[in-house]
Amino acid sequence: MTELRHVVVVGASLAGLHAARALRRHGYDGTLTIVGDEPHLPYDRPPLSKQVLAGVWEPERTALLSERDDALDLTWTLGRAATALEPRDRTVTLDDGTELAYDGLVIATGATPRRLPGTEGLAGVHVLRSLDDAVALRADLDAAPARLVVVGAGFIGAEVAATARGRGLAVTLVEPLPVPLGRVLGGEVAETVAAVHRDHGVDLRLGVGVEAIEGGGRVERVRLADGTTIDCDVVVVGIGVTPNTGWLETSGLPLADGVMADATCRVVPGIVAAGDVARWPHPIYGEDLRVEHWDHAIAQGGHAAETLLAGEGAQPFAPVPWFWSDQYDRKIMLAGRPAAAEEVRVVEGSLAERRFVALYRRGDQVVAALGMNRPAPLARWRMRLAEGVSWAEATAPADS
Amino acid sequence: MRVVVDYDLCESNAVCMQVAPEVFEVRDDDFLYVLDETPPEELRAKVEEAVVRCPKQAIRLED
Repeated sequence: MTELRHVVVVGASLAGLHAARALRRHGYDGTLTIVGDEPHLPYDRPPLSKQVLAGVWEPERTALLSERDDALDLTWTLGRAATALEPRDRTVTLDDGTELAYDGLVIATGATPRRLPGTEGLAGVHVLRSLDDAVALRADLDAAPARLVVVGAGFIGAEVAATARGRGLAVTLVEPLPVPLGRVLGGEVAETVAAVHRDHGVDLRLGVGVEAIEGGGRVERVRLADGTTIDCDVVVVGIGVTPNTGWLETSGLPLADGVMADATCRVVPGIVAAGDVARWPHPIYGEDLRVEHWDHAIAQGGHAAETLLAGEGAQPFAPVPWFWSDQYDRKIMLAGRPAAAEEVRVVEGSLAERRFVALYRRGDQVVAALGMNRPAPLARWRMRLAEGVSWAEATAPADS
Repeated sequence: MRVVVDYDLCESNAVCMQVAPEVFEVRDDDFLYVLDETPPEELRAKVEEAVVRCPKQAIRLED
């Protein structure tokens, strides 16, 4: 069904693994090499900020491969980063100088957390992205620090704060925006998340940036932009990620905060991209998206594989983005694209009981749905969003 | 094909319901109900997709 004989997947990631699985599922029977810069086989990231950090799971439990994957006949090249791509020669160069020839390439190199300048070499300052990050952070939390400061109240920061509170640690969460998760969730919903964290004893410092992280050898305090200082022995920085495209700088491939693919996830003939590193024009939203969600990595990995095999017959990739975040006993789920929403309305439950569904309107359309502890309705909303749903229809009384 | 859910792992994320609503339903009590434990063969692709997409890897198929 295909002329491809040597497919290389760069990124031993969730997206990379699912691309490999999909290639085999669709009948690709040539060689299949997966390159990963970490020494680990693919593992699952969501538990890192929750069960692994809490000490409930041993890190090995995050392994993604199952016995069924033995039949995939994969060749693993682990602990080796790709350093260059030459599309004309169809070769990938690795950091030990090895050149891998391919006739089909999946780019799934993910992203790297941003760090705060001036914190290099300061012990006790962490980011949380990889399994090794989680193990290192957990070791510092095991040492019963007097206070943890989390810089950045995005989803990673909020989950780390929740998990650390669950361990009984004193936690300060610092965020330059006036609310946590504000860029994604919007005012009232984000206020509700803030209230949940306050009720669980998190010292929230909102609307203030970090000036410096200070200490001699090991972190001792965080200095905020308003001049206050917070004494601490551990810091977690969760201020977003940068897509891993450094190895593509000389490739001539289009780079724009990610590697730019077309609507089918194809970058150029013979090369596809998936996961956190991939930007593509979403056929329905009409904008170039790069999505960092778990479920997205699976879906786009699979779709990119199909595109690689399909050649000219490739289909556009038009998912409704979806993710969840567990914080304390609250499960937040978001489906769709809340960015630039003009109105947010609670249509089920209430913010006060912290169990609700909120819809996001842009123009006359519902563009996103958020649930707190409402998984079933959110699943139904996601299905409706895939078909398109007008605001009038969505907010009409249910007994019509 | 037999659908088996590990309810110790299931967190009712309801992804399975989005993929294969004929087989999985998370109800308003937030629990997952398997509507058909031995779904017909034509649903295999959907059910396998639900297995893959489960964030907790709580579903498995026994042939």
